[in-house]
Amino acid sequence: MAEEVKLYGMWASPYSRRVELALKLKGIPYEYIEEDLFNKSPSLLKYNPVHKKIPVLVHNGKPIAESLVILEYIDETWKNNPILPRDSHERAMARFWARFIDEKILPSVRKANNCEGKEREVVMEEVCEQMKILEKELNGKDFFGGDSIRFVDIVGNVLALWFQVAQELHGIEVCTPENFPVFEALTIKESEWEKAVEEACKQLKMLGSQLKRES
Amino acid sequence: MAEEVVLLDFWPSMFGVRVRIVLAEKGIEYEYREEDLRNKSSLLLQMNPVHKKIPVLIHKGKPVCESSIIVQYIDEVWHDKAPLLPSDPYQRAQASAWSKIENAFVWIFFVFDELDFNPPRRIWSTKGEEQEAAKKEFIEVLKVLEEQLKDKPFFGGETLGYVDVCLIGYYCWFYAYETFGNFSIEAECPQIIAWAKRCMQKESVSKTLPDVKKVFGFVQEVRKKFGVD
Repeated sequence: MAEEVKLYGMWASPYSRRVELALKLKGIPYEYIEEDLFNKSPSLLKYNPVHKKIPVLVHNGKPIAESLVILEYIDETWKNNPILPRDSHERAMARFWARFIDEKILPSVRKANNCEGKEREVVMEEVCEQMKILEKELNGKDFFGGDSIRFVDIVGNVLALWFQVAQELHGIEVCTPENFPVFEALTIKESEWEKAVEEACKQLKMLGSQLKRES
Repeated sequence: MAEEVVLLDFWPSMFGVRVRIVLAEKGIEYEYREEDLRNKSSLLLQMNPVHKKIPVLIHKGKPVCESSIIVQYIDEVWHDKAPLLPSDPYQRAQASAWSKIENAFVWIFFVFDELDFNPPRRIWSTKGEEQEAAKKEFIEVLKVLEEQLKDKPFFGGETLGYVDVCLIGYYCWFYAYETFGNFSIEAECPQIIAWAKRCMQKESVSKTLPDVKKVFGFVQEVRKKFGVD
């Protein structure tokens, strides 16, 4: 029986991008459907009626929403190139760090982008602190997954570019938003839509070449 | 075979409660340690240095943090007893996704592992328009849950599942909400109350959930402390 895998996503969304990363790492063929978030398709509304959000993975007609849930589903369904560790405690830690990225760092980043001046400085400091915690966890390894890309790397791919900047910031008191252009991409302002998407594409392509090291 | 299991917790915590229910469902013996959140133990700070929050499960000396992660961990390690999550990956994904609906609750309920709370809109810590808005939001979420539940006795089907365990901890707070919010949850969402009562028939739930009046007293104290009364 042929597997049918569809992904409803959006270019600049790190949540959608991380699902694509997982599918690509496992070599799973899929059909990608780009959603216009200002004009959502009837299919998306059918597959995710409660939250109406991307990404949604549809596997043989059955929809799964929430990017972290999708990642785990993919890992359980296609067993090659495992994303999550086998050891239960290590799995718990991988989930912990994924949540840290999603529930602490990304909201701080969004907050930073939505405020200005002194307020932004304060939030940026918070982001730097959180990045330091994450760096400490990385502890000099190439990837959180050790020798290859795994769960936390996939979840945190949007941060990959920020690490370089964070390293430069050690010892510097205040980090500036100019060093984090990807913030602009994360907030989609209608007037700057095309610019934001272009910038996001550029940065994701840079990440893509970093990832090619793995394969 | 005694495995060393320690739980760092705070008695009214709906996050801690779900861990306690799962441990009870699976008949796992553990040492319970009550944390004073204004004077956190060095063990808690050592085991959860990033967030410094309860609950923390310590198994064979290694910490697991975040209640839903702890519940998944327990379900995986003690998988042969009373499994919570379905074995089918698709059903499991549905359960995981549904349990996240509680994020909608978190803004309404008191997140009290930090006692210096900054209330956005909460049912029992605000008044007037803010309170009405919080109540409305809360009922809306419950109605979405009712739709999901439909005719099933539990979200997990015939027995307690992951979503049931994640959500039932809020039930002992309902009395406080109804009193301070001056409304009846049962009148708006009778199915949810019926569901909660079914959960309470399980010993693992009834023996674990803190007493409703005790929670009420706790909420009263917090309101006084923050001058809401």
